[in-house]
Amino acid sequence: MIEVKNIIKAYGNNRVLDDVSLNIQKGKITSFIGPNGAGKSTLLSIISRLIDKDFGHIFIEGKELDQWDTNELAKKIAILKQFNHINIRLTVRDLVSFGRFPYSKGKLTEEDWKHVDEAIEYMKLKDIEHKYLDQLSGGQRQRAYIAMVIAQDTDYILLDEPLNNLDMKHSVEIMKTLRRLVDEKGKTVIIVIHDINFASCYSDQIVVLCNGKVFEKGGADEILREEILEQVYDLEFCIQDINNNRICVYY
Amino acid sequence: MKRLALALILLSILSIFIGVKDIAIWDIFNLSQEQIQILLLSRIPRLISIIVAGAGLSICGLIMQRITQNRFVSPTTAGTMDSAKLGILISIIVFPQASTLTKMIISFIFALIGSFLFLGILRKIKYRNTVIIPLIGLMLGSVLDSITTFFAYRYDLVQNISAWLQGDFSMIIKGRYELLYISIPFVVLAFLYANKFTLAGMGKDFSVSLGLNYNQVVTIGLVIVALISSTVIITVGRIPFLGLIIPNLVSMYRGDNLKRSLLSTAILGAVFLLFCDILGRVIIYPYEVSIGLTVGVLGSFIFLYLLARRRSYES
Repeated sequence: MIEVKNIIKAYGNNRVLDDVSLNIQKGKITSFIGPNGAGKSTLLSIISRLIDKDFGHIFIEGKELDQWDTNELAKKIAILKQFNHINIRLTVRDLVSFGRFPYSKGKLTEEDWKHVDEAIEYMKLKDIEHKYLDQLSGGQRQRAYIAMVIAQDTDYILLDEPLNNLDMKHSVEIMKTLRRLVDEKGKTVIIVIHDINFASCYSDQIVVLCNGKVFEKGGADEILREEILEQVYDLEFCIQDINNNRICVYY
Repeated sequence: MKRLALALILLSILSIFIGVKDIAIWDIFNLSQEQIQILLLSRIPRLISIIVAGAGLSICGLIMQRITQNRFVSPTTAGTMDSAKLGILISIIVFPQASTLTKMIISFIFALIGSFLFLGILRKIKYRNTVIIPLIGLMLGSVLDSITTFFAYRYDLVQNISAWLQGDFSMIIKGRYELLYISIPFVVLAFLYANKFTLAGMGKDFSVSLGLNYNQVVTIGLVIVALISSTVIITVGRIPFLGLIIPNLVSMYRGDNLKRSLLSTAILGAVFLLFCDILGRVIIYPYEVSIGLTVGVLGSFIFLYLLARRRSYES
C-alpha cells in the first residue's frame, strides 16, 4: 500500500499540492483525474521520488520514501512520464532490457533476458523488437515503454497520461493491458488520465484532484456524478449507465 | 566494424610512410639510423596522437550528446573548448613558468567549469528546442572567447593564444605529445560507463525511475569530456566538427546504445582524423595544410549532409 500524508508542494507562492492525503490500495488501478493544474502529475512525481515534497510523508509499504535505498525502490516502483519526448535511437529490445537495470546494472544475466523476452511477448512486440524507437508509431512506442516497465518487474506502476496522443483503438489496447497487469500479475497501477470515461471503465478507484486538494475519491459509481464533476470542471455533465459502466457526456 | 578496424590499420601504415623524408614500406627491415630516428621521433608520435585525439574527441562528442539529449552538442559547440582555451590563457598569465602539465590541469578545470555552466544554463531554459541548445553553447563559447581575446590583447598574448587554437599535428614530435596518454584511462572509463550514459541519455526521469544516480553519472561524463578536450587542445589544438559529426554518423547505423556504438565511434573518429591528416600532407606536398582546415572543410560537408538527412532519420 502507498500512504500519502499531508503532502504540500509549492512553487513560489503557488501551492500546487495543498495538504493532500490518500491511500492507494494494492492490486488495484487508481486513476487521478481533474482539470489542468490540479496537481495530478506533481503528486505522481512526488510519490515516485522524481521531485521533492515540501512537507508531508509518503509511505511505501509502511516505509517512508526517503528511507528507501534508491536502487531497491527501483525494484518496487516504476514511473513513466513524457511518453513521446525521448530523443534516443534504441531498438525496442534494448529499451526493454534497460528495464532490468536495477537488477543487473547493464550486465544482463540469463534470468534477466528471460524477463525481457516475457515482457516483449506480453506486449506483442516480438516482430518489431529489432526496430528503432523512432521508426515506430505512437501506439507501438507506448507499448515498448510499458514492456520496459514490465521487465522492471515492480509491484507499483505509475503512468503519467499514458493515452496521450493515442487514437481510440490504441487507447483501449493500453487500458486493457493495464487491466491485465492488475488482474493477472497482481500489479498496482496508478495513472494520471484526462479521459473521464476511460477512468470510469477501467479503474477501481478514482481520485479527483482540484486546486491542489483531493476533492473526492472512491469507485466510479461514487465519483461519476453530475454534482461532483460539474463543480470540478465547470461544465455541464450528463451521466448515464451504459453496459454497467458510468459514461458521461459533456461535449 | 571489421571494415573500420581494417581502414584504421591501412591508414596507420600509410601515415607512417608518408612525409618529406622518403621511407618506403619495403625498407622496413633495413632502415638507416636516420630513418629510424624519423619514425620514432616524428612519424609514430604523430600517428599515436592522431588516433588518441580522434577517438577521444569523438567519444567526448558522443557523451555530451547523450547527456544533453541533443545531437548538435559537442565540445566545440558547447563552450568546452573555449573554456579550456581561457584556462590556458590564465595559466600563461598567472604562472608564466608553468609546465605543460600544469597548464593542462588549469585548462581542464576551466573546461569542467565551462561544461557545468552550459548544463546549468540548459536546466534554466524551459524552451528546449533542438536548435536552441547548441546555439546557446555557441553563444557561451563566444562570450568566453571574447574574454580570452580581451585579456590576450591586454597582455600581448594574442599570437601565442591563437597558436593554441589552430589544430596542427605537424609540430608533434617525441616529448611534446605524451600528455595525450593521460586521456587513455578516461577513454577506458567511458567504456565502463557506456550503459549508464545511455540510460542518462533517456532523461532524468527515466534514470531515477530505474535507480540510476543521475547527477553522479552526468558529473563523471563531464569530467571525461573536459579532461580529454583539454589534453587535446593543449597538445594538438582545436579540431572542429569531429565531436559533432562522428557520433551522428555512427548513430545512423548503430543507434544510440553506447554499448554498441562507442567502439565504432572511437575507431571512426581516428580513421576520419587520420584520413584528413594524410590528405593535408599530400595535397600541396611537400608542404602541409593544417588539420584544422582539412577537417573543417570535409566536416562541414558531412555536417550539411547530416542536417539534410536529419528529418528522415529522426522522425
